[in-house]
Parts: sequence; C-alpha cells; structure tokens
Amino acid sequence: MDFQESLLWKYKDILTKYLAVQSEQTLYLTQKLSKEILENHIPPEEVINLHKSVLNELIPEVPSEVLVSFDILLEIMMSYGLAYLEHQSLRYKQMELEMELEFGANMQKMLLGSAIPKYDYLDIGAISIPAKIMNGDYFHFDIDSDQELKVAIADVIGKGIPAALCMSMIKYAVDSLSYSKHNSPEVVLERLNRIVEKNVDLGIFITMFYGSYNPKQHVIQYASAGHEPGFFYNKKENSFVDLQAKGLLLGIDPHVTYPKFEISLEIGDMIILLSDGVTETRTEDGFLEREMIIDLLNKYMHLSAQEIVNNIYRDLSKIQHYQIRDDFTMIIMRRLV
Amino acid sequence: MTRSFVNIINEWDIVAARQLCREFAKELGFGIVDQARITTAVSELARNIFLYANQGIIIVEKIEKDGSVGLIIIAEDHGPGIGNLAKAMEDGYSTSGGLGAGLPGVKRLMDDFSIDSEVGKGTVIKTAKWLR
Repeated sequence: MDFQESLLWKYKDILTKYLAVQSEQTLYLTQKLSKEILENHIPPEEVINLHKSVLNELIPEVPSEVLVSFDILLEIMMSYGLAYLEHQSLRYKQMELEMELEFGANMQKMLLGSAIPKYDYLDIGAISIPAKIMNGDYFHFDIDSDQELKVAIADVIGKGIPAALCMSMIKYAVDSLSYSKHNSPEVVLERLNRIVEKNVDLGIFITMFYGSYNPKQHVIQYASAGHEPGFFYNKKENSFVDLQAKGLLLGIDPHVTYPKFEISLEIGDMIILLSDGVTETRTEDGFLEREMIIDLLNKYMHLSAQEIVNNIYRDLSKIQHYQIRDDFTMIIMRRLV
Repeated sequence: MTRSFVNIINEWDIVAARQLCREFAKELGFGIVDQARITTAVSELARNIFLYANQGIIIVEKIEKDGSVGLIIIAEDHGPGIGNLAKAMEDGYSTSGGLGAGLPGVKRLMDDFSIDSEVGKGTVIKTAKWLR
C-alpha cells in the first residue's frame, strides 16, 4: 500500500471517529498523521481535497455549499503549499552552504594550524577558538636559525569569513619573516604593516603581538601593533603586570615604526598573551574586568600552561552560556629551568 | 478545443486567463488539485505580464507525447525582459516580500518549464503539465 492509499484510509478512519465522538484521542491521532503527511511532502492543497472527498463520501447528503466552500480553502492553501516547498528548498540550500563553510573552516584550520612546541626550558600552552565557524584570531610559534622561539598572536578587527581570509594571508607573511634571525620583533611588525597596508582593503585592521624568546638568556623581546596587552607574571613577587607596548594597528600607516621592549624571565615567571575575545567576555554585569582574568590565572596557577588556558576558556565560555561572541585566543609561556 | 488565448491588458484579464485555463484543464481531465495548480501558475504568469510588461498574451494548448496528454501554457510579452534570469529563478528572490509564487513557484506547480528573455525585447515562458 503506498502512502497516498494509506493516507486515504487513515484519514477516513479519523474523520469517521471524530464525527461520531469529538475526542482528544482522535485529535492526537490526527497530529501524528500530520507529521507523516509532512514527512511524505504532501502539500496542504492535497489535504484539503482529501478532506473534501472523504467528507462527501462519509456524508453523501452534505450540502453542496459546504463542499464548494472548500474551493476557497484550497485556493488559499496553494500559496502555503508553495511557501512550504520553497522553505524546503532553501533549507537544502542552507545545508549545502553550511557544508561548504565547514570545508572552508577545515581548510583554514589546516592553513593556520601551528603546532604548540615543547621544550624543557619553557612550558607552553595555547588555545584559539573561533566564535563562529571561521577564526579571525591566529597564533604562531616558530624557531629561527639562531634557535630563538618566535611567538605571534594576532586578531583581525572583524569576524567571520573576511577576517579569516585575511588571516591566511598574514600567516604566510609571518612564516616567511619569522625564520630569519635578523628579523627582530619590531622589524617583523614593520614589514607586516607594509604588507597589510598594500594588500588589504580599507576597513580591515590587524592587531598583533610579536615576541622572540632567547632560551639562553631567558629574555623575551617583543613589539605590539595595537594588540590587547598581555600579562607578565613575576613569581618571586607573586604579581601580575600588564605587558605594556605601544604601537599602531597594522594596515593604517605604511611608515609607522614600532618600539621594541624586553623582559627577563626567572624560573616560574610567565608571559600571558591574549586576544580581545578574552577580555571582552560579556558577563551578566557587563564586560569582564582584567582583574577577573588574573583571578582565574591565580586559580589555575598550579596546573600546566595548557591546562590553564583550557580551564580559563572553559570558565569564560560558561559565563557566556557557551556562546562566545568573539574569537578567543590565549597563550601562556612559563619558564621551567 | 486545442488552443485558446487571452490578451493580458488589464487586471481583469488575469481572471479571464485563470478561468480559461481552469476550464481547459478540467476538460482534459485534470483533477481538482491539479486544476488549482495550473490556475495558480497561470495567475502568476499573467500577473507578471500585467505588472512588468504592461501587456502580453497567455496561450493554452493541448499537447500529446508518447501517448500522454497534457497542456502547455505560453506566456509572451514584449516588455523590458529579465536581466538576470538566474536571480529570477532563485528561491526567495521574487518572493522576498512574502507575496506570490514567483517563477520558481510556477516551475514547482508544473511539470516542464522553460524561459527565454532578452532585455528590451521581452519574455517567453513555456510551461507544461501532464495528465497522470
């Protein structure tokens, strides 16, 4: 028995019962049948017609005015039927688009992916989670020809696909600039600034922190292009200070220069880098205070760097009911020996 | 009766086109739901002529192929034409205001559909439905 036939049979049964007794149970059966009807893509005008013919069969003496009145209902339902079909086709299209985005996001993950390096002198943890499907944040680790560890964290102002596409370009520029030992942090930012200014349309700006860690002296030299300031944790004094660095965002002025800063790390000291997705976490009482991040850092201090960033991400996304509004990136580097 | 037409000049001609095609479909043996579908498609095509081309013609013809019988509706005008056919055939484009079926709707209501349009010259839409 095909569905049309079984539908006719079930409909007749339901209508017969309901004409006899108007019970909730029959209405419940009707609701179940309506789901089957939808699953089988039966348009509403067909249901009206079914009702009309079944009614005529069950009550042969039904006034012709009543039967004719269904023509009006049928005409009205034509538009609903079309809207329903259109909805289905748009939903299918949406699924296709989502799949394409998913491919794009995976491709981006592959392109931007930077392994988190392991050293016996430095405990490193890093996390970068996009707010939507594509990530406009980026972090990068590399070793130059002098064995210095290069670290970069960047944030495209803007979200979604344009930001993500832009980030892919930045990644390749950073890759090619990072390997040379002659490129100290301020030089890298100056060159990137010219690349961004030349290649990216007005309206897209990038903030970046770039550092170079010398494993022999345990000194990190860094420069920042308008990036959210990180923290320096001094273990001896058990204190956090902002990693101050001044510099214009990338892509605004091709002639800008960046000052270089440096900090020495003692054993147990930490460098904490973040994107504004971390500090702009929205709590129920407004924006998160930087002090709250320090509280969280203190809370998880006893864990490894990777566990700290994972836990902080978990806590902050929980505050936002697991719907983060901006890409979230955080890096922790702690001197071990 | 194998071929009839209605000139579309004013809004009442849309009703005449509906009437003509519904009768035509009924006589060929289409059921009440298919009659309503054909009529809705004709209505949409006639309305497009009235709204965008000022005037044109709706032709309905009996067709036969491999033992099947059906009807074809031809909507022809010498209006401004459609610049972007891909857009006009896209779901949600012409119906974004929530009104009407648009050309994708006509295509769904019928079995076969073809459109030719040239900017500045006009549009010819042919759409058929077969008796099952």
